[in-house]
Amino acid sequence: MPVAASSSLSRAALVAAEADRREIRGRWLLASPALLIILFAAIGPLFIVLLFSFLTPADYGGIVWKPSGHAWFQVLFQKDIFDDTTTFADAHLSILWRSVKLSLLTTIMALAFGFPTAYFIATRPEKMRDIWLFLITIPFWTNLLIRTFAVQEVIRNEGIINTVLIKLGLISSPIQIMFTDVAIMLGMLYVYLPLMVLPLYASMEKLDFRLVEAGYDLYANRFQVLRRVIVPLVKPGIIAGSILVFIPSLGAYVTPRVLGGGKNMMLGNLIELQFGQGRNWPLGAALSITLMAIVMVALMVYVRYAAGSSENRHG
Amino acid sequence: MSRAGSGERRSAIEVLGVSKVFGNGDDAVRALDNVDVTIRENEFFTLLGPSGCGKTTLLRLIAGFDFPTEGEIRLYGEDIAPLPPFKRPVNTVFQNYALFPHMTVAQNIGFGLEMLGKPRPEIAQRVTEMLKLVRMEELRNRRTSQISGGQQQRVALARALAPRPKVLLLDEPLSALDFKLRKDMQIELKRLQHETGITFIFVTHDQEEALTMSDRIAVMSKGRILQIGSPRDIYDRPAERFVANFIGDTNFLEGTVTAVNGSKARIALAAGGEVEAGISEGVKPQGNVTIVVRPEHAAIVMAPGQDALRGTLENIVYFGTDTHFHVKLASGPHFIIRQQNRHGAREELKVGMPVGVEIGEHAAQVLKD
Repeated sequence: MPVAASSSLSRAALVAAEADRREIRGRWLLASPALLIILFAAIGPLFIVLLFSFLTPADYGGIVWKPSGHAWFQVLFQKDIFDDTTTFADAHLSILWRSVKLSLLTTIMALAFGFPTAYFIATRPEKMRDIWLFLITIPFWTNLLIRTFAVQEVIRNEGIINTVLIKLGLISSPIQIMFTDVAIMLGMLYVYLPLMVLPLYASMEKLDFRLVEAGYDLYANRFQVLRRVIVPLVKPGIIAGSILVFIPSLGAYVTPRVLGGGKNMMLGNLIELQFGQGRNWPLGAALSITLMAIVMVALMVYVRYAAGSSENRHG
Repeated sequence: MSRAGSGERRSAIEVLGVSKVFGNGDDAVRALDNVDVTIRENEFFTLLGPSGCGKTTLLRLIAGFDFPTEGEIRLYGEDIAPLPPFKRPVNTVFQNYALFPHMTVAQNIGFGLEMLGKPRPEIAQRVTEMLKLVRMEELRNRRTSQISGGQQQRVALARALAPRPKVLLLDEPLSALDFKLRKDMQIELKRLQHETGITFIFVTHDQEEALTMSDRIAVMSKGRILQIGSPRDIYDRPAERFVANFIGDTNFLEGTVTAVNGSKARIALAAGGEVEAGISEGVKPQGNVTIVVRPEHAAIVMAPGQDALRGTLENIVYFGTDTHFHVKLASGPHFIIRQQNRHGAREELKVGMPVGVEIGEHAAQVLKD
């Protein structure tokens, strides 16, 4: 490029570059409060947890500043006290398995109950929808612990379900629901159902119901319209709802504690145990990181799968 | 209205005494009120009327999205009123097309066949055939969000035609298109109907669209069918004031019946003079009546004869292809005359001149009310 001709051009470029720089600086400034919160309230604590998982437990809780990988070993394995043989930590594995299993079941059940509910609300007249949504959010007004005790009142041996069934003569002795996996799942389903219904409803509200009519018009029966038209179109809501139910279920603490009793622990209870009575902070930290890793992997697989299956449709 | 030819062709759709009431109690709205109509095989039949007249409701009843409160809907003699839409061999082109946004053009077109359980090779072949019919072969694998409005319209048509419906329902399919595209699609629709031989039921509020495309038109208002006939019947021989007013420009004249002779009546006009007016089927004119005269069926003259209406030329509006003359009749009402402009025509008419209006033979028609 000839130097003489480009002098005015490069001047314009300089001015533009300066404007760009100022713009970028302005953006960082605007984002800084959020960035500070993320740094100190999310990344910082996470880093501390990660750090603790590689340290040695102190005798009465807390940590000793001595690097160790033992906590991570303990997550999956245990050493026999007498002969030093290494075996899988059965207790941890069963808790891990129960957590994943119950969270998946809760998510599936929430979808099964939430989908028709959201569809029902979305197909009501506009004024009624707000009322229904309002009713869905009412449980949020009450403390989680109190709601969980309410569930207990329903399912315990002298509770509503068993009393009614016995009075009707359908059973002679109460069905044991409390302190089982079923109880935990029912409790979580009740607590997290609105988190499924709300995003599903948001998707369905945007659904163009003429597309449903078009489906019927083109010889699709009710099930086919659901599978081929409605589900693909409200998929963002299904994904969001499932994530919102699965993640808190996996880390649930109060519900398994109250409804599962001491025996049927989930990951959240196990972690709490290590930081409390177990006095093994590094193990608690390692388990926390494990829980996070499971959530991240599950999310990645799920989102990849969900996006992929919709991609195939238009291929 | 003419009934000629009704015996020659089979009826595809018979709507018998159909009423549709939405809501109940005080909020009840009677969208359709005892409608009877027969639509013949291979016909391009148009339901024409202003919005809220019930034309779309009638279409939805035929499609199966709603069910009649009373009455029967027969498809080739079989009552389909209680059947759900997916069991009726009838397809719809929706007003905003309602194409599936999560599918390609080809998947949209093949959807109906797929739901009917047709084998894949047959679907693929039929989709190709349909794409060719609507001239969209090159857009086969596009998403429906990536194509223009006119192209979406064609896909919607192809999708509805692919399963070879016995009757195709079109719910104001051209209303979202711009003027030029609409004109093209009107011709395209006629061609498709001709090529496929399928009965088309077309809903529109555009009278010009109805006149240019239809074999027969049903004019609807307030849940009732006012008149059914060929475009020429409807235009030249409107039976009611609403029909005459809704379609084209019209002059209304008051008069008294002096004699009835078969399908003609002599009317002494309040504006002076006498005309012979046609009588619609089922009308028995007597006493004071209203007649209609289309603006192009009358002529403006400078030396009025005995039967001519006298008045003053109030305004001349030049439209390029034709000129409108607004005449204030001596008896009071206004009368509009439309004359085609011919090359080299004289321009001796001036505003304010006394003129005569001559109503052409067969031009006047007695209205029902």
